[in-house]
Amino acid sequence: MPRIGVFVCWCGSNIASTVDVKKVAEAARDEPGVVYATDYQYMCSEAGQSMISKSIKDHRLTGIVVCSCSPRMHETTFRKAAASAGLNPYMVEIANIREQCSWIHKDRTEATEKAIVLARAAVAKLNLNNPLTAGEIPVVKRALVIGGGIAGIQSALDIAEAGFEVDIVEKSPTIGGKMAQLDKTFPTLDCAACILTPKMVDAARNEKINIFTYSEVESVSGFVGNFNVRIKKKARFVREKLCSGCGVCTEKCPSRKAENEFNEGLDNRGAIYIPFAQAIPNVPVIDTSSCLKFKTGKCGICAKNCPSGAIDFEQQDEIIERQYGAIVVATGYKLISLKNFDEYSYSQCPDVVTSLEFERIMNAAGPTKGQLLRPSDKTHPHTIVFVQCVGSRDTSGRGKPYCSKVCCMYTAKHAMLVKEKYPDAEVHVFYIDVRTPGKNFEEFYRRAVEQYGVNYIKGMVGKIAEKNGKLIVQGSDLIANEQVVIEADMVVLAAAIEPDPSARKIATMLTASIDTNNFFTEAHPKLRPVESPTAGVFLSGVCQGPKDIPETVAQASAAAAKVICLLSKEKLLSNPCVSHSDEMLCSGCSNCEKVCPYGAISFINKTFKFAGKFEIRRVAIVNEAICQGCGACTVACPSGAMDLKGFTNKQILAEVDAICR
Amino acid sequence: MLVVEKVLAEDILRISGVNTRKCMKCGKCSASCPAFNEMDIHPHQFVSMIERGDIKKLIKSKSIWNCLSCMACVERCPKNVEPAKLIEAVRLAVIRQQGANHLKADKIPALVDERLPQQAIVSAFRKYSK
Repeated sequence: MPRIGVFVCWCGSNIASTVDVKKVAEAARDEPGVVYATDYQYMCSEAGQSMISKSIKDHRLTGIVVCSCSPRMHETTFRKAAASAGLNPYMVEIANIREQCSWIHKDRTEATEKAIVLARAAVAKLNLNNPLTAGEIPVVKRALVIGGGIAGIQSALDIAEAGFEVDIVEKSPTIGGKMAQLDKTFPTLDCAACILTPKMVDAARNEKINIFTYSEVESVSGFVGNFNVRIKKKARFVREKLCSGCGVCTEKCPSRKAENEFNEGLDNRGAIYIPFAQAIPNVPVIDTSSCLKFKTGKCGICAKNCPSGAIDFEQQDEIIERQYGAIVVATGYKLISLKNFDEYSYSQCPDVVTSLEFERIMNAAGPTKGQLLRPSDKTHPHTIVFVQCVGSRDTSGRGKPYCSKVCCMYTAKHAMLVKEKYPDAEVHVFYIDVRTPGKNFEEFYRRAVEQYGVNYIKGMVGKIAEKNGKLIVQGSDLIANEQVVIEADMVVLAAAIEPDPSARKIATMLTASIDTNNFFTEAHPKLRPVESPTAGVFLSGVCQGPKDIPETVAQASAAAAKVICLLSKEKLLSNPCVSHSDEMLCSGCSNCEKVCPYGAISFINKTFKFAGKFEIRRVAIVNEAICQGCGACTVACPSGAMDLKGFTNKQILAEVDAICR
Repeated sequence: MLVVEKVLAEDILRISGVNTRKCMKCGKCSASCPAFNEMDIHPHQFVSMIERGDIKKLIKSKSIWNCLSCMACVERCPKNVEPAKLIEAVRLAVIRQQGANHLKADKIPALVDERLPQQAIVSAFRKYSK
């Protein structure tokens, strides 16, 4: 005979102000199997948990219902409290009377009524619960980092430091990511390459770190502790082991028309190229879309000149299959396309550039060797206009609704660098708000205004048009209540940032969730900011939301710490709420196998003795280590053979019956 | 705020369908406006003035007649506030104001002409001459 205890939480005033908690406890007392019901202000507190443990012992409870917040919030807490009193943790049910009741209702009578019904349903389910025991699964002691920017590099370095093997998969020919393209970094103005490239070298030299560049994750299967990943290593057409990185091929290549991605298309590169001088690995790659050998079959000059015979036009893509215990997503960002923003004339005027293009123009290793020259006529611009929030904070559908976070600071940086190099330059910045939360950030911005005399104009730019080699910038100055027209030589647009386009595909492969803007969602926005809701998947850098370099590095290390916690465990406890098949009912139809997203179901031929005869039947079996307990098979099964432990068909129907009573 | 003004402000919001609270005061409207220099009150000001219920000044403003209805501000506003629709609503409110007829009823008989459509006379009541 079950002896059930019901514990109704007030959640301070979160629940108690809308739900009459005393009444819920009273009503629960009359439910079948309930021997004890009470309410308390904060059930999750130390005192609340002790109360639960004590009640379990005092009243010899066989199961408890906690009417509180979502099970996502405190189910684990209450399971632990139950276990401490010797109760099987799976004899705990949560009735969500906060998110699904008090927070969404205004009327106290109605909300109380609903809370009673939810409690009743939980009791009805608990009456049919069976104690469950979690199994153990082994952990593969290797981590995968997807993305080789500063986020991925930092995560990999930290995981390797703890003694675990790490693989970095980077889709471009070199690691380094966006940070490698930056000139100086705020607020200290040290050179990005000077602080990044040593880390790249550290990663490359670390014995525990294996870098797959020019590679992409093809598919991911498995689960926390045991992911199976297929990595496609795209053909570089250069044998990495033979190449000495001398660069002769890149100099001799006759094709010079391909856009140089590293310089944001401001100059051209050969068909065989190394993205930048400090690239890792220092091995070129052939871009087949511009290579004459691939296009016409004639050329091969690189192969003829290569002193080590490393060029291999026959090279094929290679698939690598490996197991990992944990995965860090560090897929980064890109600037948005400006095709929706005609008013800035970005596509018509070469002297209207994005902030990332400006980084390359200012960079000593960039297309102008660090000289500030206009892309159109290679002259020094005298008047430069910076426009902030280009596509950020835009809910009209043209841009992105969020603040891109880094633009205020890098614009102040750009403005200062210009004034530092060319003190006679006239620099205007159009801004909506200047947002500088961060250590030494406000001071940095004020330095641009007070020390360098950068002219900050509160307002936006409405139109940019080219006239006699000048850019006529029409904008508003809201403080002067005027429309201003500036004859500029160059305009820099602080375009919004968005997640790298690969994010969506990777999220699907990992069954990790992303938000409406394609940023990866964290397991809890405050308390679990570096974990994805999918177990074993961790988040690092801008793939989770806009952030600057220090924040990215901090998050990368935090994600690494979480990975280390996971990999340092010998075994993981598996979720015992998994499917199982009743072989006496199974018809062997394969419906369950088809719907299973994890590939956990297979079939065997089994001999049964039935009415004195032997017969062989095909029946489903579930691999409990792979099953994630989603329940898709139980719905698909036409004969009711599939059932989910902890959520059996009978339990669910008992809940429905209790609600409809 | 006067009661009359409050009612008028509500009317203008209702007629225009604009939610002034969405405005983040970026000034994109005034930056895009080709008639900015012809205006005494500027597009970005309309939004906050109507939000405050400060309608009287707007009604007297020449801006409402100088707005070209080019809809650049509507097109470019990053928050979909649609300032031109507010101006249009203020214009309508002025045109429809009681007692603001520019043709007095007793002047009509003298003007009636067999060839003049009835509708033209009716609409003349509402016309505003600058």
